[in-house]
Amino acid sequence: MELELRGITKRFPGVIANDAVDLVVAPGEVHGLLGENGAGKSTLMNVLYGLYRADEGEIIIDGTPLQLDDPGDAIDAGIGMVHQHFMLVPVFTVAENIVLGVEHTRGLGRLDRARASQEVAELAERSGLPVDPDALVEELPVGIQQRVEILKALYRDARLLILDEPTAVLTPQEADDLFDAIRAFTTEGRSVIFISHKLREHRAIADRISVLRRGRIVGTADPREASEQDLANLMVGRPVELTVHKPPAEPTDSVLEVQGLRVEDAVGTPVVQDLDLQIRRGEIVAIAGVEGNGQTPLVAALTGLREVADGTVTIAGREVVGATRKQILRDGTGHVPEDRARDGLVADFSVAENLVLNLWDAEPYARRGTLQFGAINAHARELVGAYDIRTPSVGTSAGSLSGGNQQKLVVAREFARPIDLLVASQPTRGVDVGSIEYIHSQLVAKRDEGTAVLLVSSELDEVLALADRVAVMYHGRLVGPFDTPISKEAVGRMMAGADPAEVLGAAATSPTTTTTPPDDPATADGSSPGAPA
Amino acid sequence: MSDDHEPEGNPPGPEGDDADERGRTAGDVLLDDEELARAEIEAAAERAADAKSIGLEASFGERFIAAITGTGVIVTLLAFVSALVIGAFIIAFSEDSVREALGYLFAQPGDAFRAAWDAVSSAYLALLQGSVGGATQLSETFVTATPLILTGLAVAVPLRAGLFNIGAEGQFVAGGMLAGLIGFSLTGLPMAVHLPLALVAGLLAGGLYGWIPGILKARTGAHEVISTIMLNNIALLVSGYLISTTLFRRPDRTDPISKSVEASARFPRLIPWEPGLRVNTSLLVAIVLAIVIFWLVERSTRGFELNAVGLNASAATAAGMNPGRTIVLAMTVGGAMAGAGGAAVILGLQHRLTIGFSAGIGFSGITVALLGRGRIGGTVAAGVLIGALQVGGRNMQAQTGTSLELALVIQALIIVFIAAPGLVRAIFRIKADDLATGQVAKGWGA
Repeated sequence: MELELRGITKRFPGVIANDAVDLVVAPGEVHGLLGENGAGKSTLMNVLYGLYRADEGEIIIDGTPLQLDDPGDAIDAGIGMVHQHFMLVPVFTVAENIVLGVEHTRGLGRLDRARASQEVAELAERSGLPVDPDALVEELPVGIQQRVEILKALYRDARLLILDEPTAVLTPQEADDLFDAIRAFTTEGRSVIFISHKLREHRAIADRISVLRRGRIVGTADPREASEQDLANLMVGRPVELTVHKPPAEPTDSVLEVQGLRVEDAVGTPVVQDLDLQIRRGEIVAIAGVEGNGQTPLVAALTGLREVADGTVTIAGREVVGATRKQILRDGTGHVPEDRARDGLVADFSVAENLVLNLWDAEPYARRGTLQFGAINAHARELVGAYDIRTPSVGTSAGSLSGGNQQKLVVAREFARPIDLLVASQPTRGVDVGSIEYIHSQLVAKRDEGTAVLLVSSELDEVLALADRVAVMYHGRLVGPFDTPISKEAVGRMMAGADPAEVLGAAATSPTTTTTPPDDPATADGSSPGAPA
Repeated sequence: MSDDHEPEGNPPGPEGDDADERGRTAGDVLLDDEELARAEIEAAAERAADAKSIGLEASFGERFIAAITGTGVIVTLLAFVSALVIGAFIIAFSEDSVREALGYLFAQPGDAFRAAWDAVSSAYLALLQGSVGGATQLSETFVTATPLILTGLAVAVPLRAGLFNIGAEGQFVAGGMLAGLIGFSLTGLPMAVHLPLALVAGLLAGGLYGWIPGILKARTGAHEVISTIMLNNIALLVSGYLISTTLFRRPDRTDPISKSVEASARFPRLIPWEPGLRVNTSLLVAIVLAIVIFWLVERSTRGFELNAVGLNASAATAAGMNPGRTIVLAMTVGGAMAGAGGAAVILGLQHRLTIGFSAGIGFSGITVALLGRGRIGGTVAAGVLIGALQVGGRNMQAQTGTSLELALVIQALIIVFIAAPGLVRAIFRIKADDLATGQVAKGWGA
């Protein structure tokens, strides 16, 4: 289908989320929409999907201007959307989820499950997206759940599919499968709008890329011609440094010692088991892995947020098991939590208050139980300057900063004091390219100061760019750490559960050989040409 | 295409004009770093200027807290006005002459409107005169406001920690009972010892009675709303039983009424030479306690924890705070304030315990705290306002025959309007500032 957005403007109080956006998606095209968080991608797509009404502008489909008042209208017009967070009923089967809302019934309103199941099986076959129609959605891996979402759109005869950050939850291999499915979808003149902030993926799948910045289309690029550097510059609005400058690590004495760690969930099932790990001063050890493989409970256990079922953990010789979170933090552990909004800051507190969130009752910020606002504000002004936190004042509520600046605030709070161990979980999630650049350089600087750094990230590029040693977490167990450089493909396969001995087959001869030409780890930071489009 | 991202009415700073000029030049898609920084700062300032909005994922409790503490003062005042307007209709329609005039509305419409206007204006005038119309009226307003300020604080402090203390009534009873017991059972003490002792007893009893739901919540997760409602019933019924026992009951009476508090444990009047002015030193106690609470909530490290736990308990935990301890503290301090309110009423005004002496003052504390938006200063002001409303309501009944319950109806309406700020915004056409309204439908709606 041919889609044209003409002069779409959407205002929110205080912000123009979309400013006269023009966009044309040709039949059979995969149109990449690239932009940082807050650039207006989601707003634009919500306008297209009928969730928001545009203040100005037209939506024209196959030459006809349309009024889309709600998602029902959009679906009738042949638009399908796969949200970043899936809209599936976990306890329903695949077929039930797909037909939900447009189901066939027999007499007296009984569902015709057999027919649904058969139709879904046929649809899956036809579109090259194999699924078991009778499987329960909650039992399926994330990649297959996403496939169900796409089938849902196909079942409603979507001719334009919007994919909102579809790869965020996938392993690299699953992402490749998704790209195959997208290519299959675009035969017969159907189109796809592919939203992502990852440059590499746009170059891999998009036929054309539109870059959105601060609500406006600032350029359209041909992925075959534009380099990642060009795209990044266009997206951010200034030249961006994509490479992490990192001198070789010079590790010294050991800081974090973990032996036989076991963490259990509420019913006693292990979520982390038999885990041994050692991190020395002056090195970054990164843990890669698809989310939900035990990284979150591991970090929680190491930093005193969660009970340890078995094993020992020491940080610079201090016992962690049995210590309170407060003791662990005050004794010299910094923690950048993975969910910034939930654990990292209090949105309604000011920037200054958030910068002392973990030192609120320590001198000089408090004396005899009374907060010393003079000291708190002076501390805040210093950190706002040193860490380039862009805020109107230290009294502004943290929630009104942009995502990247909120994260810089958390980083400033955790990095600014002397610590032995820094645990950074997904430190650049939902953060703009400019801030990513900055946070990466600060992580390396902290390492070079002699801090032991544990980096947990599901962004493989980030892991490979920063790590001195890489470990992979799969089903609660840790594989590695392996010395870098290590190939991206090898890490990707271990993330999917492959046996390390097999993956690193040549290990006996050369344990750190790199094997994959297109994703040469030496350039995994993003400066390489990446996969061909 | 313009580079102007500032919304109307919010012009960029002096140097912003310059930046705009440069931004407009064709083909210039790259901003310099400084310009980008300024853009980010401006965007943050704009977001900060907007009233707080709340996310779609927010639970009912979060929405409720945000509704109370996040809406502007204007919305709060408009809620008060809206309640008065609806009250006016109730007054008009409960008036016989208005209903009669409505019977022949189409023949002589002027009569109905005139009758309604007369009824409403005389009732509200009586309300105003009865509360602030003279020294006696002002004295009564402050006498009524004193326990309301304290029970308001009893609700406001837990509210700041994200807890809804419905139990101020029970904590008030607990405080009043123990203060009364100390007040009449000890004799021969000088006032400098006896009065503070009785007051502290009231604080401790209320605090203990607030500590119970706090510890239950912290240790077992029992919801404080449910446990405090039940504890209210227990306090009211047990106090009724105790007052009829020989420990409390006046020996010369068979009906449940307690012995009288010794003169040495009574709050002295502030203006003793004017017999009609009942305002007493318990008002000063309430003010001092409000100042202490202000320090605790707004200036102390404990208050920092309290606010952090109330606004984002998981971030507070991640920062090394102890939400359980904070919950217990907030409920205990809240309970102590209600207990002080009970002591103020028994030692300052009634001087003896009767069944039902709490008379809903604890429940009114909820209105006071909500009207004060959980702020300490706001709660004190709201306590005076509600006190005036109640005293004025009594005068309204005496002078115009309008039912006393109307004052309670207005109080209830205020809560409804405050809890539904969207309603007030809609009535007064205040621009909604959150994005949440648009994005209700999600997924496949076909």
